[in-house]
Amino acid sequence: MVKSSLTEDRVFNTITVVLLAIVGITAVFPLLFVLSMSVTPYAEVLKNGGFIVIPRSVTLEGYRQVLSDDHIPRAFLVTVFITVVGTAINLLLSFLMAYPLSKKTLPGRSLLLMMVLFTMLFSGGMIPTYLIVKATGILNSVWALIVPSAISAFNLLIMKSFVENLPEELFESARVDGAKEWRILFQLVVPLSVPVMLTVGLFYAVQHWNTLLSAIMYVNDRSLYPLQVVLREILVGAESLDLVEAGAKIPSETFKMAAVIISTLPMIIVYPFIQKYFRKGAMLGSVKG
Amino acid sequence: MSMPATSDARGVTSARAAPRRRLPGAIWRHRVFYLMLLPGVLWFVVYKYFPMYGVIIAFKEYNLVDGVFASGWADPWYKYFKQFVESPYFGQLLANTFLISFYKLLFGMAPPIVFALLISECRYSRYARFIQTLSYMPHFLSWVVIFGILTAFLSQSSGLVNRYIGEFGGDPVPFLTSTDWFRSILVGSDIWKDIGWGSIIYLAAIAGIDPTLYEAGRVDGASRLRMIWHITLPGIRNVIVLLMILQLGHFLDAGFEQIYVMYNVQVYPVADIIDTWVYRVGLQDLNFSLGSAVGLFKSAIGLVLVLGSNALARRWGGGIW
Repeated sequence: MVKSSLTEDRVFNTITVVLLAIVGITAVFPLLFVLSMSVTPYAEVLKNGGFIVIPRSVTLEGYRQVLSDDHIPRAFLVTVFITVVGTAINLLLSFLMAYPLSKKTLPGRSLLLMMVLFTMLFSGGMIPTYLIVKATGILNSVWALIVPSAISAFNLLIMKSFVENLPEELFESARVDGAKEWRILFQLVVPLSVPVMLTVGLFYAVQHWNTLLSAIMYVNDRSLYPLQVVLREILVGAESLDLVEAGAKIPSETFKMAAVIISTLPMIIVYPFIQKYFRKGAMLGSVKG
Repeated sequence: MSMPATSDARGVTSARAAPRRRLPGAIWRHRVFYLMLLPGVLWFVVYKYFPMYGVIIAFKEYNLVDGVFASGWADPWYKYFKQFVESPYFGQLLANTFLISFYKLLFGMAPPIVFALLISECRYSRYARFIQTLSYMPHFLSWVVIFGILTAFLSQSSGLVNRYIGEFGGDPVPFLTSTDWFRSILVGSDIWKDIGWGSIIYLAAIAGIDPTLYEAGRVDGASRLRMIWHITLPGIRNVIVLLMILQLGHFLDAGFEQIYVMYNVQVYPVADIIDTWVYRVGLQDLNFSLGSAVGLFKSAIGLVLVLGSNALARRWGGGIW
């Protein structure tokens, strides 16, 4: 009896470990494959039946093409700009709203919260939003990629509930010392909110890095296209041949894969360091949602 | 006896009058907070509430010269809704939106649950954590990058899969431009992206299960599979149902960005959803009124679905509001 349950346990453990390994490999292998393809000469890829994990010979030709491309370096800078500036604006506006909204004594607080919440339930839709973006004069500028998504109601609520749970006595003692509310916000609330700021800030930053839809809706000027839009054009142009005009050069596989890697590079580099904040954030999101 | 009565009466009057007298004062005392709120509230008003008002162009003959206010009313006011409902696209768009959402819900529900069970059952906790970390990674890739990965494997001319098919003498399959494959690719890549991320909430729910139940199970000699079936799954049943219901609230979304990135003219018959159509008709063909009408149609049904599903979730024992 004991023995059989032991064997059963061992079998069970093995199956768990194997299945988990499959999930883990499935998660990372596709990107590793793309990485290998981006550094392997295409002739070599074909010779090995296409399946390469560890490249036998390495070329940086794809990356050289990416760096000397007409659009990619500029698009990279646009994306870095909207990620840095956009996230800073997101966090500033979110703090400026989260702190007052965490004050239970604030007259009109529940009305303001309702106002925020309702935007999660109903929206004017794509076209009326486009017309407002146009009316505010930011259409076809880099601000069209930042301002329309300056606040996420969801992230704001996560932040508000964090600030709400900070001990009120701290604020009281600061007030006794004669500190003004602005000082309390920036010298007390913000430093104490670093954990939630990292989590929410990372959500915002990822969202900016992956910006696509606001660019295709609000920007016509090719020099303002962020990375994701340019990458999509490269991939689509190559995939559906009817889009490629006669004589237009078809981008090489190595080039395409190098462009994919460049577009996700910051994520790959910082991911190992920040993933624990993402996990916390997912918990916050799912519990507080 | 009369003394306490009067004082009582006075107390009541003052308590009643207090809020009225104090409200302007309270607002004044909080003025710095309103100042802090000002930029954010302005943003919400301009970028969230003005468009809700701007949706009236769904009932107007919008033209660029006259703008939202001066453009004349459509005749009849429901002209563009009628045009949409009677258009040949209506059935197709609705069916595509509905089916893609439905498949994502149907096939996307179980994988994160199974993965969470595997993680929680794994005895080597460091190994499990490592796998977990790897599994979140795809969640942060953009759809364009995922499309790039898909072309590496599935492209008709150069994809890995087609090269193998070719080697075994088969004809290359145009996975990314074939109406037979497109929805499967949508659903599959969606599952791949979020299996790890989606498992987080189930893991939290599993962690919340009373450990004495497992001890009791062990004493009774229950196998681990039996314990999963009789303890773990019932323990997270509420979370499963809750998430399923909440997803129902976003049924009409179906994944605009993913589909926009991956679709092409060849697969429109199976891939075109409400959002992609509104984008093309509204922003590419500049038919603002028709686009707004269809957008409003979607938002209104979406609101009903969210409120309805949340009411359902609350009855099940935990809404989000």
